[in-house]
Amino acid sequence: MRSTKYILGFAAIVCLVCSVVVSGSAVSLKDLQTINKQLDQKKKVLGVVSLYESGEEITPEEINQRFSDNIVAKLVDLETGTYVDASEEELATFDQRKARQNPALSKVADDNAAKVGRVPNHALVYLKTNDGKVENLILPIEGKGLWSTLYGYIALEADTNTIAGITFYDHGETPGLGGEIENPSWLALWPGRKAYETKGGKWTAKINVKKGVAGSPAEDPYEVDGLSGATITSRGVGSLVRFWLEDERFGAYLANFRDKKLKGGQG
Amino acid sequence: MAKSKEILLDPLFNNNPIAVQVLGVCSALAVTTKLETSIVMSLAVIAVLMGSNLSVALIRKFIPPSIRIIVQLTIIASLVIVTDQILKAYVYDISKQLSVFVGLIITNCIVMGRAEAFAMQNTGKDSVVDGIGNGLGYSVVLIVVGFFRELFGSGKLLGFSVFPLVTEGGWYQPNGLMVLAPGAFFLIGIFIWILRWRKPELVTAD
Repeated sequence: MRSTKYILGFAAIVCLVCSVVVSGSAVSLKDLQTINKQLDQKKKVLGVVSLYESGEEITPEEINQRFSDNIVAKLVDLETGTYVDASEEELATFDQRKARQNPALSKVADDNAAKVGRVPNHALVYLKTNDGKVENLILPIEGKGLWSTLYGYIALEADTNTIAGITFYDHGETPGLGGEIENPSWLALWPGRKAYETKGGKWTAKINVKKGVAGSPAEDPYEVDGLSGATITSRGVGSLVRFWLEDERFGAYLANFRDKKLKGGQG
Repeated sequence: MAKSKEILLDPLFNNNPIAVQVLGVCSALAVTTKLETSIVMSLAVIAVLMGSNLSVALIRKFIPPSIRIIVQLTIIASLVIVTDQILKAYVYDISKQLSVFVGLIITNCIVMGRAEAFAMQNTGKDSVVDGIGNGLGYSVVLIVVGFFRELFGSGKLLGFSVFPLVTEGGWYQPNGLMVLAPGAFFLIGIFIWILRWRKPELVTAD
């Protein structure tokens, strides 16, 4: 029998050694991981407007090239729906998740089905441009699924209503169930559907993930198939997409875009 | 030397961790839809097994018996986190596909089982060999299952088209069952069946 002192001492040493190993590896590999994460995010942005196909072999330089050739980043003031002047550096380092947590840079959201607690004052959107003409608007979206917050992008055509694509780049849903929100064949059901119902000039966010199977975009413009085995995640996706399209979020910005009221915005 | 060879080769078939000891089946179902993820997962498990067996064997004489399980777990968990960090830094796409299953190597009974059953009683050298052997035994099953699942489930191997799919203008109608977890169950079942048929001594008496 070992003494209690020995056991405690042994445990302490094991913990110390293990924690040094773990934190050492985490710190020394952090830079590489951050680069990977940023590249992955760029891939997702490119992917949501069909400039990149998942599984495509592509070097990091090509990703950066394709990104800078086609995509323009803009900072949007959600309240006024206008662009905020921002330097290249501010755009590159803007962290919406951090902004949302900072009381000075965000507001408490009203009770909402997407269970979003705070909304940042400014949001980073991407524009896919071709010859100076905006073809797609790529908006960041987030909200609760079943276990976790889902982070993604939705891309709209220049009419600000037709969905061009949707993608999720970070979530903690169950692989195989809620995790299927990353499944390319499910994401492929979105393009062509309508985000808003436009009755009498009033735009209401209507796109919904239904339980069961929806028809083609022409028959069922506002509905997308639900994911089987992931009812709550599916419902969450529907709620969060509508939430971000409402007037208090990107609605104002999209209206300005439609009415061509944005200064310097078309580039 | 003969002993080392035996320790290394025994877990490949005679005492295969998945097929004979039926350990680690969960991850074998989850990560084998593609050959590439199977191989990376195999390498990760081999690395963790080697590391954990070696560290446990080296300090086995000092580990107080009353807290030995938790000490083993701490070591294994640290190694798994380090492995996960390395995968995230160097093969980000694959690590995303493996998602939680790298982390779940911690709960893979093979790792803990070998630490407790082998490394606690044997020298560092033998334990490393045992770790590699068991890791390879796990890998054999994973790679065989991954090979057939990717081939029949998506008509590809390591992402290269082998059977052209109907959806892409070819002739092969992919077998959807192979992509789902039950497909792996059938394949592992067939693997165990063939193994026991070739080696009747493995069949347990009723």
